Formats: sequence, C-alpha cells, structure tokens
Amino acid sequence: MAAAALRRDFTPVILTAALVLLLAGSAVVPAYLRFLFELALANGLAVMGLMLLMRAGLVSFGQGLYYCLGGYTAGIAGSFLGISDVFALLALGAAVAAVVGLLCGLLIARYREIFFAMLTLAFTMVLYGLLINNERLGSTDGFNVPAPHFLGWAPEGERLGLTLFVVTCVLVYVVALGLHRYLGSAMGYLGEAIRENELRVEYLGASVRRLLLVKYVLAAVLAGLGGVLTGLAVGHVDPDLANWTTSGEFLFMALLGGIENVAAPLLGALVLELVRSYALEYAPYLWQMTLGATMLVIILFLPGGLWSLARMRKGADLTPEL
Amino acid sequence: MTEPLLEALRLKKAFDGLAAVDDVSLTIAERELVGIIGANGAGKTTFVNIVTGYLKPDSGQVRFRGGDITRLTPREITRLGIVRSFQVAQLFPDLTVLDNALIALAVAARTEGSFFRPLKRYELVEQVFGLLRGFAIDAYAAHKTAALPQGVRKLLDIAMAMSGRPRLVLLDEPTSGVSKDEKFLLMDRLLEALVQSGASVLFIEHDMELVERYAQRLIAFNEGRVIADGAPAAVLADPQVRAFVGGAPGKQPQGERPTSDALA
Amino acid sequence: MLTLVVIVLDGLVYSSWLFIVAVGLTLIYGVLRIVNVAHGSFYALGAYVMASAAGYYFARGLPPQANYLIIPLAALVVGLVVGLPLERGLLRFFYGRDQVVLVLVTYAAFLVLEDATKLVWGVDPYYAVEPYRLLGTLSVGGLPYAVYDLCLIGVAGGLGAVLWWGLNRTRNGKLLGAVIHDREMSEAFGVNVTPIFTATFVLGAMLGALGGALTAPEISVVPGVGAEVIVLAFAVVVTGGLGSVVGAMLGALIVGMARAAVIHLAPSVELFVVYLVMAVVLALRPQGLFAPAAARKI
Repeated sequence: MAAAALRRDFTPVILTAALVLLLAGSAVVPAYLRFLFELALANGLAVMGLMLLMRAGLVSFGQGLYYCLGGYTAGIAGSFLGISDVFALLALGAAVAAVVGLLCGLLIARYREIFFAMLTLAFTMVLYGLLINNERLGSTDGFNVPAPHFLGWAPEGERLGLTLFVVTCVLVYVVALGLHRYLGSAMGYLGEAIRENELRVEYLGASVRRLLLVKYVLAAVLAGLGGVLTGLAVGHVDPDLANWTTSGEFLFMALLGGIENVAAPLLGALVLELVRSYALEYAPYLWQMTLGATMLVIILFLPGGLWSLARMRKGADLTPEL
Repeated sequence: MTEPLLEALRLKKAFDGLAAVDDVSLTIAERELVGIIGANGAGKTTFVNIVTGYLKPDSGQVRFRGGDITRLTPREITRLGIVRSFQVAQLFPDLTVLDNALIALAVAARTEGSFFRPLKRYELVEQVFGLLRGFAIDAYAAHKTAALPQGVRKLLDIAMAMSGRPRLVLLDEPTSGVSKDEKFLLMDRLLEALVQSGASVLFIEHDMELVERYAQRLIAFNEGRVIADGAPAAVLADPQVRAFVGGAPGKQPQGERPTSDALA
Repeated sequence: MLTLVVIVLDGLVYSSWLFIVAVGLTLIYGVLRIVNVAHGSFYALGAYVMASAAGYYFARGLPPQANYLIIPLAALVVGLVVGLPLERGLLRFFYGRDQVVLVLVTYAAFLVLEDATKLVWGVDPYYAVEPYRLLGTLSVGGLPYAVYDLCLIGVAGGLGAVLWWGLNRTRNGKLLGAVIHDREMSEAFGVNVTPIFTATFVLGAMLGALGGALTAPEISVVPGVGAEVIVLAFAVVVTGGLGSVVGAMLGALIVGMARAAVIHLAPSVELFVVYLVMAVVLALRPQGLFAPAAARKI
C-alpha cells in the first residue's frame, strides 16, 4: 500500500531534457533568440523564488528588490571593485540578497495576505527611491556592467554571449533540480501546510515564522541570482529593476506558468519573454494590454496557470505529484 | 504520592469582564481517562485553550510534569507532549490524508527543517499507514481531506495530534458533527488507540451516554467553575450537576460559546 | 525661519495634492476592500482628458476664466466612462475573493488601461499650462508662489470637508459607514450593498481622475504618469490607515511635510523618504496610523 502511494517522478527527466535541448539549440538558433531565452531563464530564477512564497500562500509584490540588488551588486562589483568573475559575482549577489532578505524577512514574516503584499512593495520602492536619487550610480539612467570573466578566461563578442548562456542554463538547471527536491521535502510540504492552515502547523509543533523566514530568504537569493545574470546579460542596470512594475511582471509570470512544479515558473517566464519580444516588435502599444487581458483570463479560467493544462491531460488523479 | 501529569492552579480568564474560567484548579494523573461536561459557555473550551497555550490566563498557573507551562506558546506545549483536537477538525484541506499525516509525522520527528530528503519515502509512508490504520482511516489515504465525512476528518485530526507520542491528549468534543449512530464507533476506535499509546486523555463531551460509558473520571463545569469532580456515576447523580448541566442522556446542545473564536 | 515657512507652505501644497490623488483609493478600499491599482489609470485618464479638452477649449478662444469647469467635468467623464464599466463589467465578478486576487485583477486592468490610453492619445506629451499660468503668482515672504498651487490647498480642504460631511452627516453616508464597519452585518440587516459598491467605486474613480485633471496643468502628460502616482497614493493611504478619509488626510500631511522638509534639507533622498515613511509605518503598524476600528468579528 505504501509503495502504491509513491509515484515516479518525471520532473528531473523533463529538466534534463530541457537543458540538453537548450544547450544543443544554442549552437543553431540566432543570437537574439538565445539572448531571449537567457533573459527568460534569469527571470525564471526570481519567479521560482516567488513560487516558493506563493505555495506558502504569500504573494510578494516586491521580488524586484532582490533582483535589483543582484543586478546592482554585479554592476558595482564589476565597475568599482574590479571583481568580474561570473561565479564571484553570483556568490556576491546571492550573499547581498540573503543578508537584506534576512533583515527584511525578520520584519515581514509576521505579515500575511494584503499586508505582506504591500510591505514587500514598500521595501522594493524604498530601494527604487534610493537609486533614483543616487547620482554616483547614474540615477534614473543606471550604469553599464562590465563584461564578466570566467575563472580567468575573458571571452568577447559572440563567445561571451554563448558562455554566459551556458552558465545561465546550467545554473538554472541545478537550482531547479534542487528546488524540486526541496518541494518534495518536509520543508516543501510545510509551505502548503502553512497556506492551508497555519494554526494546525503551530499545533503540530513547527514554527510557522521560522519556516516562512527560510522561504523568504531563499526567494530573495533566487531573485538576487536572477538579477546578477540579467545585469551581466544586458550589460546595464537601472533603478527600474526595483520598480514595482518589475515585481508585477514576476507575479504575472508565476500566474501564467503556475506554481505546481518548478518547471512551471520557467515556462511562464519563457512564454512572457517570447510574447513580449514579438508584441514589442509588431504592436508596441498593445503589449501591456495583452499582458493585462491574459492575466485576467488566467485568473478567471486557469488559476493553475499553463502548467495545469499539462496536468489535466493526465486525467483526474487523487495523488498529487512529487 | 507521585507527581500529577497536569496541574491547573486557580486559573482565571475573563472576556470583556465576563469570567469564562473562574478559579479552576484540577489535576490529571498519568494514564487517566477523564471526561469534562458542562453546558455551553461553562468554560470547557477556554480551559483547553489555556492549557494548550492558545490563551493566556489572567491569573493562575498550569504545570505539566512539575514544570510551569503557563506562558509557553502552543508550539512549545505541543513539543512538551500535550496535544489537542479541535471542535472543527483542523486539517490541510487541499492535501490528501496521506500528506496531512506525513507532515504531522515529519514535524513530530522534528524534521520540519529537512529540505532535501523526500518526504514521501518508503519507510515514512509505511509509518503513516501504520498510524492511519490505528484509527481505521487508512482506506482514505489518497483522498483530499476537504471532501471527507466529518467522522474521518475528526479521526485524522486526532491521529495527526497523536503522531508526536504525547503524554496528554485534550479532545474538544471529538464526536460533534458526527451522527448519533457513529459516535460510539468513533469513540471506540479513538480511545482504543489513545489508551494503547499510554497517554492520559481529557475529553469534552455533551452526550451523557458517551461520558458515562467511556470516562473513568468526570469533571463538571458550570459558569467557569468546577462544580463536581469524581467517579462518573457520582458526578452524574450530583443534584447541582443535574440542575446546571441538564445532562439527561440524549439531550445534547451543539456548539460552544462564541468567545472561543478561532477554535470554535 | 524662512526655510521653515517655505517647508510648511511647500509641504502643505504637496500634501494637498497627495490627498486629492489618494482619497479615492482609500474610499474604495474602505467600502469594497479593494487595493485598487487601476487608481493610477484614473489619474492618468483624468490628466489626459483635461489636457486635450483644455487644449481644444483654448484653441477655440472661449472665455478663459471658465476653463476651470473642465477639471470637474473631466473627472465626471472618466468616472462614468471608465470607472462604471470597470466595476460592473469586471470587478463585481471577483467580490468575495481574496484581497490579493483583487490586487492582481486591478493590476491587470491597469495594464490594459495604460495601453488603451496610448492608443487614444499616442505617446507624445500633452500640455495644458494655461489654467496654471492664468492665475499668476503671489509673493509669500519674497518668494513667488503659483496661485494655482495655493488653490490646491483650498480644493483639498474643501474636498475633505465635503467627504467628511457626506460620510458623517447624511443618511447615505451613514449607510456607507455601516458597510465600511461591517459588511456582513449590514447585509444581514437588509442593506443592499451592490449599488453602494458601484457608487463608491465610481466616486473613487472620479476622485482619482480629479487628481489627474488638477495636475495636468502642472506637468507634461505622458504615458507612465499613472504608474508613478499609484505608489505615492499607496504610501499616503497606507500611512494614514487604509480605508479612512481622515487617515488619508493625515497621511498626506505626514508624507507631504516629510518630502518638503527633505527637499530643502537633504534633496538627494527626496523620493526615498516617501517610500521609507510607507515602509516604516507598514512594518510597525500595518493597519496604518489612523485606521478605522474594524468590527470585532465574533
């Protein structure tokens, strides 16, 4: 009976296949498309973090805070401190996001629902306000991020783009696999448990606050990593990374893809990036309208996001995945 | 004399000036099976809420195995070995019975911080089925709890509480919302599992037939005070109890006073 | 000393503007429990309608003094043409859902309206400086102040007074107060909340548009003005206490004065201070400083 309850887990297979496909595809597809995927994956990191929070019932309107911190950390380290190794930058961005995430998280973990959403929004806008007024960091224009090195190797042009793409793919792959394990662990399940019934979790003997804090910091680190990669990929950072509209887009990606599986936020980020690039090219004035209308349709008719379409095909099944 | 398991000393709690628990002192010994009766608003649930740390008393003390637990949080009290059930079963409605119990077991084993080991691993799932079998609800393992019959939900609620091997179990109307015919079946299953675990059991109940049949000792509450405490037959025969609790078998008021809020 | 006077006067002007811009948001939250992101769109639409109507008006050479009537008209038009269909055609299907879901729904509406605005007015800036210029300046302690700005103080005060009177001294206002205090109870007592919701939303939309229309003469109206304003309005409303008109007034004063002081004393942290006030207040007292007492449930 116990054995019947354990199902096969296909997610690692799907993720690995996607990685292979992406790496193989990078040799063939045009550079702009590869760049698009790279951005989508970097954003996907932030959205996977958001997924962790949303699974615990918390909707953050402020993941842009950590995304921006990541980007600016990479930029400042590269431009002013002369640190340009990609792995050092990633570690630095993650560390900064973790520290700030912990400090904000200690305050924020007490709040739920709309208050949580608004407080996260307020925090990200504080950073935005700081950066807008900071002349040394280029104020509203931001500043350029120097090209990164890879363990002493400094490729240029096409090579640089390709290397950065590979690093991004591999990092996202590793993070996704790790998160997938996380979701299936006790701590992962407790996220849903908290969403469903906090009182019960406390009465089982677990600290809701501590669990949420861990999730919040983890989400911050993921957004920070996404920010570093985005800053390096674009070669430029500006305060808009921290503006509430950026966080709103992450939220949109999470809604679009779904939060049921680690691959879902990545799917959401990818679809959004593709639609954005085509919409901006063919109907620049309709881009946000498309976004808004899609969002309404998703909220109304597909609350589980695109990922739930894939699940429906498998038919009604009482045992959830993982 | 050995130390009592639980000791409540002169507990008082008032809501908006209205005394809900008024100078209650009582002790529970190891392996006791105690029923609590009383009309609606007599202070039974408030008492349970105070013992489990959900409410803090205005004055008085709760001692568990000799230690003061009055100011501890529900979480800390759970960790010490006092667990409770709820009038309305507190579950994770969108998860399956299996997942509900797995989570309970993981927390009980203090592995809630484990973030890499799969929760659904063979030995743990086996353990959960063992737990569920103990309450005869293993057949529902794959069902989401939201859609289950009240009795099953109640049993799962208690099974989850029991996963931490507690020393004291407080049951807040374990049979409320369950049909008359099923009550005895539910209590049979429940108490068998609980007594086997070696824990002391304190249960709030409105149905005098059930109380008479299952309790070894009976405590009667009225207007926040303990008005009788002793052998069931004696307590039920007490004229004060008969007057205030009105416990003629078959007559069972439902629900609890509103001040017990979230747990009601 | 002069600095202090300037700070207070600047602060008062800015506070007044903030109040006008934010009061609709708090009203809608108070009654409908919706943190309305689309409030930014109402503001932007109000500004656009005012700017293009004023442009048309002055181009026709109509009597210049009467142009100020366009401002309330613009607000009325936006409220009825955009606010009403938004509530009836979209939001009402989400009543009873989670507040966070409604934030997302109004955010989606905001995105749609942003592009709709671009489709109608394009991306080039609109100007309507005449109403601003017409009133000239006034010397206060040797410093020139635009009379238009000073008028904002009067408008904000009047608006606050009218709303306060309407809520506390009229039958409909008291009904509204009952709904704000406890919706379920009001419904149980036979208050039909549907028209109340609709009317409040349209009124809130009009107030947002009024904010935009009043601001249009002072700025260049370009795409994106709504997105900036929405966070400012949030800051005010959150500081004062979501759902309270008096709170919005006090919140506007706090945020406005803080900003004015910072502009004169430490200009490099101007915007930052506004958001900081919001974050600190939210972190310490999430219901806001002057939140109305919520009905005790159970």
